[in-house]
Amino acid sequence: MAIANIGTVDKLDKGPLGKFRVPAEARIFMVLLGVALIFEILGWFLVGQSFLANKERLLVMILQVSVIGIIAVGVTQIIIMGGIDLSSGSVVALTAMVSASLAQTSEFGRAVFPSLTDLPMVVPLLSGLVVGLACGLLNGFVIAKTAIPPFIATLGVMVTARGLAKWYTEGEPISMLSDSYAEIGSGVTPVLIFLGVAALFHVILSYTRYGKYTYAIGANRAAARVSGINVNKHLVVVYAVAGLLSGLAGVVTSARAVSGQAGMGMMYELDAIAAAVIGGTSLNGGLGKITGTVIGVLILGVVTSGFTFLRIDAYYQEIVKGVIIVVAVVADQYRQRHRRS
Amino acid sequence: MLSLAPEKVVAAGAAATPQPEASLLIEVEGVRKTFPGVVALDNASFRLRPGTVHALMGENGAGKSTLMKILAGVQPPDKGVFRLRGRDIVLKSPLDALEHGIAMIHQELNLMPYMSVAENIWIRREPLNRLGMVDHGRMNQMTRELLQQLSIELDPESNIIDLSISARQMVEIAKAVSYDSDVLIMDEPTSALTEHEVLHLFRIIRELRAAGKGIIYITHKMNELAEIADEVTVFRDGRYIGCMQTERLERDEIIRMMVGREVTEMFPKEAAEIGGVALKVQGLTLDGVFSDVSFEVRQGEILGVAGLIGSGRSNVAETLFGVTPASAGSITVFGKEVAVDSPQVAMAQGMAFLTEDRKDTGCFLNLSILENMQIAVLNDDHVTAGFVRQKAIDQLCESMAATLRVKAPGLYERVENLSGGNQQKVLIGRWLLTNPRILILDEPTRGIDVGAKAEIHRLVSKLAGQGVAVIMISSELPEVLGMSDRIMVMHGGRVTGILDRSEADQVSIMQLAAR
Repeated sequence: MAIANIGTVDKLDKGPLGKFRVPAEARIFMVLLGVALIFEILGWFLVGQSFLANKERLLVMILQVSVIGIIAVGVTQIIIMGGIDLSSGSVVALTAMVSASLAQTSEFGRAVFPSLTDLPMVVPLLSGLVVGLACGLLNGFVIAKTAIPPFIATLGVMVTARGLAKWYTEGEPISMLSDSYAEIGSGVTPVLIFLGVAALFHVILSYTRYGKYTYAIGANRAAARVSGINVNKHLVVVYAVAGLLSGLAGVVTSARAVSGQAGMGMMYELDAIAAAVIGGTSLNGGLGKITGTVIGVLILGVVTSGFTFLRIDAYYQEIVKGVIIVVAVVADQYRQRHRRS
Repeated sequence: MLSLAPEKVVAAGAAATPQPEASLLIEVEGVRKTFPGVVALDNASFRLRPGTVHALMGENGAGKSTLMKILAGVQPPDKGVFRLRGRDIVLKSPLDALEHGIAMIHQELNLMPYMSVAENIWIRREPLNRLGMVDHGRMNQMTRELLQQLSIELDPESNIIDLSISARQMVEIAKAVSYDSDVLIMDEPTSALTEHEVLHLFRIIRELRAAGKGIIYITHKMNELAEIADEVTVFRDGRYIGCMQTERLERDEIIRMMVGREVTEMFPKEAAEIGGVALKVQGLTLDGVFSDVSFEVRQGEILGVAGLIGSGRSNVAETLFGVTPASAGSITVFGKEVAVDSPQVAMAQGMAFLTEDRKDTGCFLNLSILENMQIAVLNDDHVTAGFVRQKAIDQLCESMAATLRVKAPGLYERVENLSGGNQQKVLIGRWLLTNPRILILDEPTRGIDVGAKAEIHRLVSKLAGQGVAVIMISSELPEVLGMSDRIMVMHGGRVTGILDRSEADQVSIMQLAAR
């Protein structure tokens, strides 16, 4: 190093981790436990049984939110980078349609592509991923090239992709899918896919250059640019990754339902954003963790299945979910303010 | 002809206290204002008489803006006397100031772009009809009369967004007059105007003066003094230096008043061996910002760049580094012409760029010291298959932080919790880790304490000693004079001169910087 001999080297008091801080995820985990505990207690009083001591219920709970979770892993990265993605739900619908149309069996007389039936499972899987990737690339290019706000760009793709999904079969659902394709959505497979994707991107965000750049751009875009990061290129890559994950979610959705429908994935984008925000990802960018998002997804799951468990109307579910989202953001802002003072 | 000026100048002679002069619009004495770590204004005095244009002059950071903010009610002074028309006054807000007849015409104009001229002028005070709705007909009529008095030709109904900068300024002036303001504060009003528009502005200022208004006129332009100002007050380092009539004005005298500081407090540059040409710039132009900038820097040399704010010096640095690629001209690095169209290209050539604004374009405030330092070196030296070799790079950062004596509880500390000086050291560390051959520093010591300042000076000097070519932009003349081998002076987007260390002094630089 050319400058190693400048000044005298005082031993810096590094302290292995600086001041010890309770990680943000721990706090969110406490919230998860708290919410689960409330349902546990209410369960004893109102229904007369345990909420948590029921393996089946817990599995269904995670299963219900796995698709949202897969999307949320991508959306979290976009929000950390200072962006937003409203297109995920529509991309789920479009990929569900496309991959389902390539997963039909020949037993069915009115297949979308009669000559393309009985294909091996990888064909619909890969085509779904490609469609998702293409949507993500479109988001990224529009945002990078035109510099319009991500909110608007992805809103456009959201509406367009939903339209394409309906146009694809003129609104007709696609059914009679092969067993091997249905495997992707059966049993615990969706849960494994969700947790696998989450683990993979947790590692990528924490330990790779891709991750460092994502946080840097979200923390200060101008400074990232001056530091030599090709910001536009990275934007495209991150939106493409999120699109790819939405495509994966679309495949899982159609496999689980053993059909493709243009109305699939409705409002999933908002649930995914909510999960990220509840999990501590700041909408100001530069702050957030995949682990937090996973816990955020689980909180949504607990709330959903908790209300079903208590046999309370589904309407209340949504009301409470809305309140939780707002409280999470208020708590985030409160923390940010207090850290500064 | 200005019927709006009311009889506000009170006959305050009745008061028993002898010192307040009723004939003064504003009287400020012994005013002090401190911000955390800095004394922005100390023992400042200022007097404004009605029917005069009073210029305020001083280098960047001399305290003009602070005084202005106190006068306009933006910030209260810590202590001192502030009298308005002979009476002590405490202003609570800019609105409060406006209601007391003090109007500020901002440099960055505070108008609503998609509303009409009339709506902008009468906002909050719209004339209403019987139904409680805004009476646009009457409002436009009032505007027309107001503009006529000021001989401003503008359609009250046109939207602000469609107007030129000068027209917008006229709207601001009309708005100020509509409040019956006796005191108008103008902050470098001509900086964005063409010559023709300047003449129009001066005509309006003279009419306001004739109507008995007092105008505080902040400017960097010497030649405007004789033309428009009656008196000029000079500030320096937050202190009142002197006040004089412009009739008896000597240009050099003003410059001496503005700069007369000693260079002794600064760390002088160590002798370094000057090598070959590292960077050669020819005819560099960024349309509408600066043009035809040519210079060269050699290895081991420190080229100081002086100039007032708005002279284009920071823009040149940004263009050199590819942040805003040039529209014409050439950049030659170690004999090879390079099209620098992005910071990546500049970095590949061994350039490093410490930006002027730490918060806006430097720090990742909510990330740690480590993350801030290593962001520019996540290239293939420290990354394997996309994975950052965290341990090795953390160690590099740690020894860099120790070398630069970054003071922090730990390297995982968020940068937003550090002092300005330590933030600056982290950013310098970020660039030194890239082993630069050409180092561009924009205001490297702005807003940091004296100790850290001296350390940074010593560091820059050492780097030059090791053969790094340094370009150092600074608003502080003593710093430029103390550190530089040569000094390039800019004004109005052009290079007005390049001085050798031996021929440069504060007066010669200011003469080039403030034509």
